[in-house]
Amino acid sequence: MLEINNLHAGIDGKEILKGLTLHVGTGEVHAIMGPNGSGKSTLANVLAGRPKYVATSGTVTYQGKDLLALPAEERAREGVFLAMQYPVEIPGVNNIYFLKAALNSVRKHQGQEELDAMEFLQLAREKMKLVELDEAFMNRSVNEGFSGGEKKRNEIFQMAVLDPKLAILDETDSGLDIDALRIVAEGVNALASEKHSVLVITHYQRLLKYLVPDFVHVLADGRIVKSGGKELAEELEQKGYEWIEEEVAAAR
Amino acid sequence: MTSVLEERFTAAPIHIDGEPERVRRIREQAAERFNILGWPTTRSEDWKYTSLASLANIDWKTDERLPDDKTFASPFGDKPVAELMFLNGALYANRATLANEHPGIRVMPIREAMESESFTQHFARYADYEKHALTALNTAMWRDGGFIEIAPGTVVEGFIHIFYLGSGAPDHRVVSHNRNLIVAGRGSQITVVESFFGKGTYFTNTVTEIVAGDGAVVDHYKFENESLDAFHIGTVQIHQERSSNVTSRTIATGGGLVRNEINAALTGEGASLSMEGLFVLSGKQHVDNHTVIDHVAPHCDSVELFKGILDENARGIFDGRIIVEPDAVKTNSRQTNKNLLLSESAVIDSKPSLEIHNDDVKCNHGSTIGQLDEEALFYLRARGIGAEEARNLLVYAFASEIVERMKVDVVRENAGRALFSRMPRRLPERRSESR
Repeated sequence: MLEINNLHAGIDGKEILKGLTLHVGTGEVHAIMGPNGSGKSTLANVLAGRPKYVATSGTVTYQGKDLLALPAEERAREGVFLAMQYPVEIPGVNNIYFLKAALNSVRKHQGQEELDAMEFLQLAREKMKLVELDEAFMNRSVNEGFSGGEKKRNEIFQMAVLDPKLAILDETDSGLDIDALRIVAEGVNALASEKHSVLVITHYQRLLKYLVPDFVHVLADGRIVKSGGKELAEELEQKGYEWIEEEVAAAR
Repeated sequence: MTSVLEERFTAAPIHIDGEPERVRRIREQAAERFNILGWPTTRSEDWKYTSLASLANIDWKTDERLPDDKTFASPFGDKPVAELMFLNGALYANRATLANEHPGIRVMPIREAMESESFTQHFARYADYEKHALTALNTAMWRDGGFIEIAPGTVVEGFIHIFYLGSGAPDHRVVSHNRNLIVAGRGSQITVVESFFGKGTYFTNTVTEIVAGDGAVVDHYKFENESLDAFHIGTVQIHQERSSNVTSRTIATGGGLVRNEINAALTGEGASLSMEGLFVLSGKQHVDNHTVIDHVAPHCDSVELFKGILDENARGIFDGRIIVEPDAVKTNSRQTNKNLLLSESAVIDSKPSLEIHNDDVKCNHGSTIGQLDEEALFYLRARGIGAEEARNLLVYAFASEIVERMKVDVVRENAGRALFSRMPRRLPERRSESR
């Protein structure tokens, strides 16, 4: 599904990812954990194609395609979804209009028939139940006046509607109470299957209780320094990140 | 020596057969004022951003000939309850017969209304031809326009449309001076839409006086969608009496050189005014919005919101003044101007101002100038929406605050369509930079 090899990337001329290598197979759930400033969000933004994030060397291959050569909208149409850490408010753009336009541009690209208003509404209603969002949200402007938790649930709702092949969650769990956390995890679990891959980027282990990863990677100073199974997450929770940083320093 | 007026126009002032003595006298006074005032220049504070030199040097002609082609169709189809259509200042179509069957509604060409009591009482009382040269010119030279009178207590369902068409050519430059008077009686309710369309080079100089009687509710829309080679100078002068409620919307998308003056005087206690404007410009368009809200009486509210969207080499101006007179205590007034610049060579001058002459008021004003939100643009693209569509969505979203509040469905839809048709079709300067 996704192969990242020796990726160097940064912003404003500052290198943040310093040779990151990561392979995500189809149907796998990977968690990337790491301390603040380790490059977690940079990775998410480079993969989604956010302007100003520049890859200087290395490769990212997604379903056999050079992902970095595609503009952001093409990546989305190919099935890459980024649940943003800070979803932006867009006053004046209606939630339902926006999501229908997004879904239909993805479907069109993938050779599927576009949905009409009724079909879309039916799908949207079904997916809203999943994330326990009130239908009134649909007619409001994108994220405008939403609480932090509502914004994150809206991200998961969009993900559920767009049905991506690769979902990247950029600290979707931060700032959520336990109920919202469970809703987010259920939304992702509903998507995760043998055809979908998930990359969960998080600082904390909390989310991983509900959303069990196949692999856990520790990111430090722009590189993956340790990989393991789900038990690695628990170890990190108990011991913090310092022991890893010490291990890395000792290995140098 | 010829006067300024005679140098530019073949007849000054003009007279209409059978016009009352009072109108003759006003025309002569107005012509005299124009000759003294002359064309405004950028030396005057009110005109510092807009030069009329290119307009003043043209030998404008009036032309009442009707064209053979009937290509001009009303943008609202058969939706208006009454419609007057003027071509180059002369009546072209009158679809007001049905509405006039209602005893409380009078819609007619203004030249047929000169003997009426309302006309005699209100005409040229509010639009100031003593101080404003173009209003003086209009008052001396007007040939026709719309007259609307709504009797006390009459509620007009739907809207009345006054439709102005201009047509000219570089070798046949036509001027029309249009004059409207809208009188809404005590407790009446009316929606009036004025729209301006055309092709080629011509000059529209239009003045509308609106009188909102005690408790009257008036919604006024002005769509300025002139040809890109046209000159448009317009004044909407609103006079509000006690507890009247007026909404004024000015949507400017057309015209090469445009000046929109919208002025309101809140002269009766408890009157409220909402003054909204939207200008969407590209190419070399120059649109100067000039507003004055005069709080004369106590306990009045005014909310003003003007939004500008400027692309390419367009130039926009918002110059808005709110005056609170000494007696206008408990005034509540808010003035906002927001602008969106889509290109580095577009220019906006924003000059909101407050002039407060008593200390028992609540007033604030502000203006912003910004570019498209890059974060929002990325958000939309990251969901699969193409760069161009994302950009148009955000531009439309900026304007939607004004458009969505339009109460008449067909008017709102038409405004939305007009806006989309003016959306730039180019890609944003930056694409993905991940490599």
